[in-house]
Amino acid sequence: MTEAPNGRTEAAGATSSASSGEYLLETRGLKMHFPIKAGVLKRTVGHVKAVDGVDLQVRQGETLGLVGESGCGKSTLARLILRLLEPTAGEVVFEGENILGYDRKRMLRVRRDMQIIFQDPYASLNPRMTVGNIIAEPLKTHDIGGSSGERKRRVQELLEIVGLNPEHYNRYPHEFSGGQRQRIGVARAVALNPKLIICDEPVSALDVSIQAQVVNLLQDLQKEFGLTYVFIAHDLSVVKHISDRVAVMYLGKIAEISDRKGLYAEPRHPYTNALLSAIPVPDPEKERARRRVVLAGDVPSPANPPSGCNFHTRCPRVREYCKEHVPPLIPQEKNGGAEAGESPDHRASCFFPVLEGQRIDERAESTPYRVSER
Amino acid sequence: MAMLEVNDLKTHFKTQDGTVKAVDGVSFSLEPGETLGIVGESGSGKSVTALSLMQLNPKPPVEYPEGEILFEGQDLLKASESRMQKIRGNDIAMIFQDPMTSLNPVFTVGDQITEAIRIHQQVSKGEAKKRAVQVLKDVGIANPERRVDEYPHQYSGGMRQRAMIAMGLSCNPKVLIADEPTTALDVTIQAQILELMVDLQEKYGTAIVMITHDLGVVAQLADKVMVMYAGRAVEQGPTDDVFYDPMMPYTWSLLRSIPRLDTAGEVRLLPIKGTPPSLIFLPEGCNFNPRCPFVKDECHRIDPALEGKKPGHAAACILSPEELENKKHRVDEELGVEG
Amino acid sequence: MVDQPRGMTDLRADGAMGPGEAAAEGYGKVEGRTQKQIVWRRFKRHKLAIAGGLVLLLIYVAALATPVIAPYEYDESDFTAINQGPSADHPMGTDRLGRDELTRVLYGGRVSLVVGLGVGTFVTLIGGIVGLLSGYYGRRVDTALAGLMDFVLVLPFLPVLLVLGSIFQFSAFTITFVIALLLWPRMARIVRGQVLSIRNQDYVQAAKAIGVSDVRIAFRHVLPNVVGIMVVEATLVVAQAILIETAVSYLGLGIQPPTPSWGNMLEDSRTTMTTQWWLTWFPGLMIVLTALCVNFLGDGLRDALDPKAVE
Repeated sequence: MTEAPNGRTEAAGATSSASSGEYLLETRGLKMHFPIKAGVLKRTVGHVKAVDGVDLQVRQGETLGLVGESGCGKSTLARLILRLLEPTAGEVVFEGENILGYDRKRMLRVRRDMQIIFQDPYASLNPRMTVGNIIAEPLKTHDIGGSSGERKRRVQELLEIVGLNPEHYNRYPHEFSGGQRQRIGVARAVALNPKLIICDEPVSALDVSIQAQVVNLLQDLQKEFGLTYVFIAHDLSVVKHISDRVAVMYLGKIAEISDRKGLYAEPRHPYTNALLSAIPVPDPEKERARRRVVLAGDVPSPANPPSGCNFHTRCPRVREYCKEHVPPLIPQEKNGGAEAGESPDHRASCFFPVLEGQRIDERAESTPYRVSER
Repeated sequence: MAMLEVNDLKTHFKTQDGTVKAVDGVSFSLEPGETLGIVGESGSGKSVTALSLMQLNPKPPVEYPEGEILFEGQDLLKASESRMQKIRGNDIAMIFQDPMTSLNPVFTVGDQITEAIRIHQQVSKGEAKKRAVQVLKDVGIANPERRVDEYPHQYSGGMRQRAMIAMGLSCNPKVLIADEPTTALDVTIQAQILELMVDLQEKYGTAIVMITHDLGVVAQLADKVMVMYAGRAVEQGPTDDVFYDPMMPYTWSLLRSIPRLDTAGEVRLLPIKGTPPSLIFLPEGCNFNPRCPFVKDECHRIDPALEGKKPGHAAACILSPEELENKKHRVDEELGVEG
Repeated sequence: MVDQPRGMTDLRADGAMGPGEAAAEGYGKVEGRTQKQIVWRRFKRHKLAIAGGLVLLLIYVAALATPVIAPYEYDESDFTAINQGPSADHPMGTDRLGRDELTRVLYGGRVSLVVGLGVGTFVTLIGGIVGLLSGYYGRRVDTALAGLMDFVLVLPFLPVLLVLGSIFQFSAFTITFVIALLLWPRMARIVRGQVLSIRNQDYVQAAKAIGVSDVRIAFRHVLPNVVGIMVVEATLVVAQAILIETAVSYLGLGIQPPTPSWGNMLEDSRTTMTTQWWLTWFPGLMIVLTALCVNFLGDGLRDALDPKAVE
């Protein structure tokens, strides 16, 4: 835990690391601060805090949705987990071991187990390689699949698995439509039978009528091969559809994390509330009946994040206290009052969470326990 | 007579490989203060329709073999370029998808708005600048007096789109065409921009043509909807009718294929198979037949015209409403969807 | 196959296509075309490039075959036919020593062939490798190599050549080498820029995520995507090299007589330009023609190989 002034958080942190065996992937205090260089001498004048202390746990076989607006650091986080970028600080724990210290050889072994699917199906496939070679590359790199004939059969099998014609392995990416290219990207990702696939906005560049094809394909593959997904998106509807648990990111930090039901039915963080309220639903009557909370202003620059709670500049229920103190990610009350108790799996980083029956732009009168404890 | 009436508009492009019928017979009308939502995927012809209204398609290769665009009774397809220049920006304004590229980076935002005002209205520079500050204030930009002298790169994405809207509204246009105005923006910013457009519409009575692929945005804003597929309008009607009783299998499939916040996760998505057709090689019969879940033998032969199914609600499908209802029902039962 | 509940196959198949079905689906006209076919198709549209390529081919074949097809020796003097205009025996006339101008133009072409192709190859190799390393590895490698490039780029071109020429007495091979050493940084810069943008493409990231080694990424993913731009740049270098060699020889410091080069032939005819026009015109025309053809070819290749060009 990065901020752990609070007894509760430490306790939560302790339990999670003690039982790390149940998690396929964990990030601990992960930070990525890109230096900003200026001047002739390229001096570092500041840092873009793209990822600023993220603790995530991903369980075997689940889909963790990761949502946030552009610039919140979700794609950077994906690249940190895969070690396509080396973090400034923190740990990436895969199957109980911190992979950041791994040398080339051990890392290569880990790469068999974690793969990525990219957003842009046009940029993620090398235009000069045939589809067959693209899908065979992971097999060749890891020396799997035996002779070239066997490898070709495996590639054709993979093409069939993702719903493409196996005869087309000799074609080039440009001969396929966007949705089909995304299927090729999926085939490359599953070629090594990985345990974890990071899906970085896999459907947001596709036409609406194609998105469902890819979403369903991903769901089917998960069932078939027992895959674990980290599903990154800016669209809360897709994430709700595919995820078991959802984490909301804002300015490099986790604002709220919960199982799906908890997050969508009982959002505690004002930012989650605002996000949910901002999404239009394709139902005219529901739309007319909705009271929308519109956040003021823009997302601040991650090069210069606000003090205290990083959401305070846009928060409708901000108080002076929030501007000076950084809220820890702490367990939230369940709906149903004090007797219902807290849900350890539903955590939000807010001093004045939106409780049951409250409106987000309503001023929080009581400060349940967080502030008094300090 | 409607303020804007489009009759059987055809916008074709001559290319090396043949004629691309980007828009092929589209009709609609718009009253002051009304919002029309045009929904479609990329290549459906929705953006070309918008550019046709503004007469901004590159000429050549564009051709308008048929149809008319009547703005207050005058056919814009026959209007001279100088007449169009008077109409563009003044009577009909347009907002584009990408606020990054639609503002000129070497002029201040204020310069660009004052220029737009002074092209159409005989006012002094000082007067125009005052108006510019006023419209920036209208679209919710803080410190407009200072911001007016800043360059586009000093604005955030949301502010740029606001500035674009400010420029669009600077001459109080009667029609505002918004081509995917929020697609490049984050949802919280989208909510701001859409709210702004509704407020301004109420204030000035502007008619809005909202072009989008997002059915949620249409449900939120539009009074009536036109669904486009492969250059044609395939369904048209009041928003509620189209959403609650879609008469064209494409519209119905689209609504079933998107994950929605109100039901997501409870039902499996119903994807539309295949990909949108190439506009040069359209399928025989109905354009949608290769992807249609309810396709019949006749669909491969008959190219259905847009016809009234209910008062004010038209769709291009040979299935009768009863047949369609039965088929929809059967699929819903299989998927376990309520009613 | 993925095991799906197949109650309603046609609806739930996610638009996934069974074998054979994809072929029936319209990709439009580009179906089944390989990268090479596309490039060729685009190139064919460039009539000037095709013509340029054919003429160049002719010039180079002639240069290669010169010892066989040349009617005379390049230093063979016929004192009975001095300073004669074009005739049946001497189609391009003779010079003041009675040497056959056609033979000399053909032999001069050999120099241009060697210099042009030689410099093109050298520059592509050095510039390509330096650009690739500098762009791919970045940081310190990049800083060091960029410094070297800048140093060579600021050298005053012609003076350096002239000084070296007066010291060494250029042959076709040495002048090739020296021109290449002066020309490679431009190629390196272009390649470096291209590599920088490709390095951040998702498909390179995907390869890294798979565990593909740096060397393999450089050769499988990066290089094939810069080859197009390198070829185009190389043609321009070829034209430039031919012109430079001509200029240096014209100034008397390049290829030394009696070996003919188009440049020293021009220089030779400087004083007789008005009286024996053929001695100026034929080598001059050849220089212009060759340089033009190479440039046309480069234009065509650029359009054909640009992956961003719309089909």
